[in-house]
Amino acid sequence: MKTAVATADREKLIIGGRAFSSRLIIGTGKYRSHEEMRKAHDASGAEMVTVAVRRVPLDRSSESFLDYLNPALQILPNTAGCYSTEDAVRTARLAREALQTDLVKLEVIGDQTTLFPDNEQTLEAARILVKEGFVVLPYFNDDLIMAKKLLDAGCAAIMPLAAPIGSGLGVQNPANLRIMREQLPDATIIVDAGVGTASDAAIAMELGADGVLMNTAIAEAEDPTKMATAMKLAIEAGRLAYLAGRMPKRLYASASSPLENVIK
Amino acid sequence: MRVFINGESKEISGTPSLAELINQLDLPATRIAIELNREVVRRNDWSSTILQDDDRIEIVHFVGGGRGGD
Repeated sequence: MKTAVATADREKLIIGGRAFSSRLIIGTGKYRSHEEMRKAHDASGAEMVTVAVRRVPLDRSSESFLDYLNPALQILPNTAGCYSTEDAVRTARLAREALQTDLVKLEVIGDQTTLFPDNEQTLEAARILVKEGFVVLPYFNDDLIMAKKLLDAGCAAIMPLAAPIGSGLGVQNPANLRIMREQLPDATIIVDAGVGTASDAAIAMELGADGVLMNTAIAEAEDPTKMATAMKLAIEAGRLAYLAGRMPKRLYASASSPLENVIK
Repeated sequence: MRVFINGESKEISGTPSLAELINQLDLPATRIAIELNREVVRRNDWSSTILQDDDRIEIVHFVGGGRGGD
């Protein structure tokens, strides 16, 4: 146990040259209040949160949403809501100018009902943004070949979905994530979207993900602060289990006690 | 002079710079970004960028959101 904890301590999540102790990245949407969000963020132990870029309302004075975030958090702007390469690239450029950060969570959505990514336009946008010096974290379908193309394009990490955004279904295709981990041992893989509860996050980490990004699972929980704590623990547990190396699965029983010298 | 700000047509008097426009609109100058005719204008250039008729301006800020298509 001591060894495992020490290993976990040594291991940090590295994204674009920045080191994070927490492997949980969380969203800032759907909370019932700013206060509830802040408490959940604190409980989660997350060091990075993602925010969306939108037009400023002109008809009323708007306070900055960012003021409600813990200032210690790394802000990861996203291109949520973009349906084309062009809009995603424009959004990323605006976010960089406003926040002076080169990090961007790239999303190009392909369809309103499923919110599945448009992989083709995502790749195109990734290539443009990497050339412009962005640290690109793309959301994409859990597909190994697409993962390789995104990494070849220079993405700092890749973010395959576990299930549709906001669905809470958990990891729907564990084989794909496992294959991705085995075939891309050096890639930083963050599972993004679809986690519903703590066990889902633990499974993603046990499959070898380097981190998990989630929003709805915490924000829509009856008690977001408790769920944020649960997610923190699940991600630590899943990571340790992955590092520990699980026992093989067997179809039949295997006794744990000696078979000899049983009284007769 | 008519310009489009965040998709809305606006009548503007005089020939203000982007910095003056932000001031007139009573917007906070920090943590926002401006696009003029689809190109980002760096903060340092706001004062020297003078608006012209039919300019299309996007002014953005940050809101809560995880991801998704809206």
